[in-house]
Amino acid sequence: MTAADSVEETGSQDRVEQLWRAAVAGDTRTAADVVLGALADGVPAESVLLDVIGGVQRRVGEEWAAARIDVAQEHTATAVNDRAVTAVALAAPRTEPEHGRITVACVDGEWHALPARLLSEVLVLRGFTVEYLGAQVPSPHLVEHLHRTGPDAVALSGSLATRLPAAHATIDACASTGTPVIAGGAAFGVDGRYARLLGAQAWAPDARTAAGLLAAGPPGLPGVPGQPADRLPHLADQEYTMVARTQRELVKAVYAGLEDRLPAMRSYTEDQRERTAEDLAHIVEFLATALYVDTDALFADFLGWTAGVLSVRGVPARTLVPALDLLAGELRDFPRARRILDHGRAAVLEPATAAS
Amino acid sequence: MTSLHRDQQLLVGDETPWHAAAVASFVVDDAGVVSAANALSRELLPSVLPGALLADAAPAWLCATGPASGELDDRRYQARPVRLSDATCWWLLDDTDAEDARSELGLARERTAFLTEASDELLGSLNLQRCMDIAARLALRHLADAAWVVGPGGPRPVVVATPEGLRHSTLDHPPEEVLGLEEALLGFPPVPSRWLDPSGVPGWLAPEGFGPIGSVVITPLPGHAVAAGALILLRKPSSPRFSAAEEEIARLFAARVGVALSAARMFAQQASVTDTLTRELLPPVLHQLPGVELAARYRPASDTDRVGGDFYDVHPADTEDGESLVVLGDVCGKGLEAAVLTGRIRSTVQALLPMAADHLQMLRLLNTALLSTEHTRFATMVLGSVSRRHADVRLRLTSAGHLPPLVVRANGRVEEVDTQGTLVGAMPEVEAASVEIVLGPGDTCLLYTDGITEARGGPFGSEFFGEERLRRALAGCAGMPAEALVERIQMLASDWAGRTRPDDMAVLAITAPRGQHLTAVGGHGPGRYTA
Repeated sequence: MTAADSVEETGSQDRVEQLWRAAVAGDTRTAADVVLGALADGVPAESVLLDVIGGVQRRVGEEWAAARIDVAQEHTATAVNDRAVTAVALAAPRTEPEHGRITVACVDGEWHALPARLLSEVLVLRGFTVEYLGAQVPSPHLVEHLHRTGPDAVALSGSLATRLPAAHATIDACASTGTPVIAGGAAFGVDGRYARLLGAQAWAPDARTAAGLLAAGPPGLPGVPGQPADRLPHLADQEYTMVARTQRELVKAVYAGLEDRLPAMRSYTEDQRERTAEDLAHIVEFLATALYVDTDALFADFLGWTAGVLSVRGVPARTLVPALDLLAGELRDFPRARRILDHGRAAVLEPATAAS
Repeated sequence: MTSLHRDQQLLVGDETPWHAAAVASFVVDDAGVVSAANALSRELLPSVLPGALLADAAPAWLCATGPASGELDDRRYQARPVRLSDATCWWLLDDTDAEDARSELGLARERTAFLTEASDELLGSLNLQRCMDIAARLALRHLADAAWVVGPGGPRPVVVATPEGLRHSTLDHPPEEVLGLEEALLGFPPVPSRWLDPSGVPGWLAPEGFGPIGSVVITPLPGHAVAAGALILLRKPSSPRFSAAEEEIARLFAARVGVALSAARMFAQQASVTDTLTRELLPPVLHQLPGVELAARYRPASDTDRVGGDFYDVHPADTEDGESLVVLGDVCGKGLEAAVLTGRIRSTVQALLPMAADHLQMLRLLNTALLSTEHTRFATMVLGSVSRRHADVRLRLTSAGHLPPLVVRANGRVEEVDTQGTLVGAMPEVEAASVEIVLGPGDTCLLYTDGITEARGGPFGSEFFGEERLRRALAGCAGMPAEALVERIQMLASDWAGRTRPDDMAVLAITAPRGQHLTAVGGHGPGRYTA
C-alpha cells in the first residue's frame, strides 16, 4: 500500500464515521455534505458509493445486530443513505453509455434495496444503461419489463435467505425470456452457491466484481428452462411444500407447546406473544428455505446468528432449543427436516463447532 | 457353359421355384464363372448369364466374397451370399425403399428437433429484438453460414448472424436491390421462398469478411395479417447448395419466426398503448414542498397490476406561504376499473384546486361530479391543506368517510385526528368536519388506506394488522424521516399479510423536519443546524 492509498483509506474512514453519525441522526443535509465533500476532494464517485455509503450501510447492519441501534434508527439511517446515493448520482460526472443495457432488481419480497441501488449507480458510472426497478419487484412485473426492454442481463439482488424460493422463480422467469441473470447479495451465500444452485448464469460477491463481470460481456445465455424442479430433485419428497404450507399451524403448535413447558409465557403481554410468534415464524421460514435448497448450514447459520442477536439482547441462546425440539416433534415424519433441525440444535448448543 | 451338379439342378434349375423367385439371384462357382441366374436376375443384370465370367459381366461391387451393397439401375441393392457345395448363390435384395425411409426418418428427426428448439426459444420472448436475435442464431446454427433477419417496422431492424457474432442495424439499402426481398417484406405476391443467383445480389448482402457467396435463399416471415419481415440465408461456395428438403425446413422455421416476431411487435404496441392510458393512473412522484417532508408508498393488491383503487396526490401552493393540498383516498373495488375512477377523482380534485381553502365545498362538488357519472362506485378520502409556519407545519384535515389520520409526535405519542365526514359518490349530500393540527419538528401525520389495517395474517395467520398495531408501530417510528417511516409501515403491513394481500395499500406521511437548516445563516458549511 502506498502513502497515497493509506491517506485515502484514512480519509475514507473519517467520512464513514461522519456519514454514519448523520445517518443515524436522520440528518440528510449533513449526509449530503459529507458525500459531496468527498467528491469535491477528488474521491472517485464509485468509491464514495461503495466505500463510504456502502461502508456505513454495512455498519448499520452490524450495529443493529449488536443492539446498539433500534429498528427506527436502522430505517432512518437507510433512508438518509439512500438520499446520499441520490446526491452522489446527481453530482458525479456523466459517463457516456458504452456498454449494454442492464436491469437491476431485488428479489420479490426483498426490502433491502440499497445494495441494488448502489450497484445501479456504479453500473451507470461504468457506462452501462441501467434500469433500476427497486425493492419488492413482483416477478410478473420483472418479466413484463424484460419483454418490453430486452436488456442484456438482469442483476438480481437478494439479502434475505428466506426469499431464495422466490429468487428461484425469478431466475427461471428471466431464463424463459432468454435473459441471463447475475445474482448477488448475502442471500446467495458467501460463495454464491445458491446462485448456481438456482440456475443463475453468474454470481458476484460485490458491486465492483459484478460491474467487472458485466463489462467483460453479458453472462452466457440461459438454456431453454426445463421444469424448475429439475434442478432440485429433493423437492419431490414434498417436505418443503408441506412445511411452507403449514407454516402458521406449525407456529401455533410450537407456541402452545412452549406455553406448556414454560409457564412464564402464559403471562406474556400481547406484544410479547406477538414477538415470540414472529421469532418462531422466522425459524420455520428458514427451515423451509433450508429444505428448499437442501442445505443444513443455511439453517444452522441462521440459528447461530439469531443466538448472537438474542444474547446481546440479554436472552440466552438456549431458549431456542425447546422450540427446535417441539418443531422436530411436529415434523417427526419428515427425515430431511429432522436432519436440518438436528444440525441447527447442535449449532445453538455448540456455536464454536458449528461455525467452522 | 458350365453344367450344374444334379443336386444343384434340383435347387436352381429352370423349373424350380428359385427361377421364378421374386428376388434376383444367381450362382457363381468357385472359379468365378456364373452357373445359373434366375429370371429377375436376368432382367436386372442381362450380362450375368450362365458361362459368363462374373468379373466381366457384373459391376465391381458385386464381385465380392461376402455381403455387399451397391447400385443397379439407380436402385440400391444388398447382395447376400449363400454357400453351396462348390459354388455361391447370391441373392440381390432391393434395399432402396428401406434406405430411403431410414434417411427420411433421420432427416425428419433432425427437422423436428430443430423446429422444437426453435419454438422453445422463440416462444419465451415477447421482445422483438430478442426474438430476432434468437431467430438469427438458430438460422446460423442449423441452416446457413450467415443469416439476415429483417424485422417489421420502419426503419426495418436488421440482425446479421455470422460465426463471429450478431450485428444489429437497420435496413439502410433499398430492398428492391435484392430480387424478391421487397415482395418478401410486403408479404405480397405470396412467394414461399426464392433461390437467388449469387452473382446477381448486391455486395452489401455479404457480411464483412464473408467472402464470395455460394448460394442464397430468401424466405418471407409470415406474420399476423401483415408480413413480419424476411429471412435471408447465405452459404459459402464451399458449403453444399440448399436442397429442396432444406428449403422446406427453412420455410417451416420462417413460419415460426414470423409468428414470434408478430406477437412481439403486437405486445410492444399494446404495452405502449397501456402505458399511455395508465400513465395518469399510476401513483405520482410527489412534489416536494419547502420545509415539509412528504413521502408515500403504494402497492396494488395484485402482483400483476400496477394500478388500483387507492390514490394520493400533492398539489403544491402557488405561493411560498400558501397552502398546498394533499389528498389520499380509496375507491371501492380494486384493479383497473377502480383505477379508472381514481383517475377521474384525481383530475376533478385538480380542477377544483381554486377552492381548496374550503374542503367541504370541494367535497360537495366532487360528490356531485361522481354522482352524475355512470359509476356506481364510491370513494373515501382525506384532504389535507399543508402550510409552513416557521419550524412547524400547519395541517387542516378533512376526512370524507376515511380512516382517521394518525399523528406521531417526536416523543413517540400517537394521536388520532378526530375528523369525520361522509363518503363521496354515494349520497346526494356530503357532511364533513375539518380539524386543524400543528406538527412540530419531528412530528409526522400519517394518512393510510384500509389495505394497511385490514392486512390479515401475522405469525398465527388470521389476525388483522389493525389500527392498534399500526399505532404501536408508529410509536416506534417517532422522529423518523417521512421516507423511512412510510417504508417501515408498508413493510410491517406487507410482511404481516405475507402471501395474502387482499387489498391495495397506500400510505402518505407529512413530516415537519427536524434539524432545520438556518437559511438566515446562509452557509453550506457543516455544523450550522438547529436541533
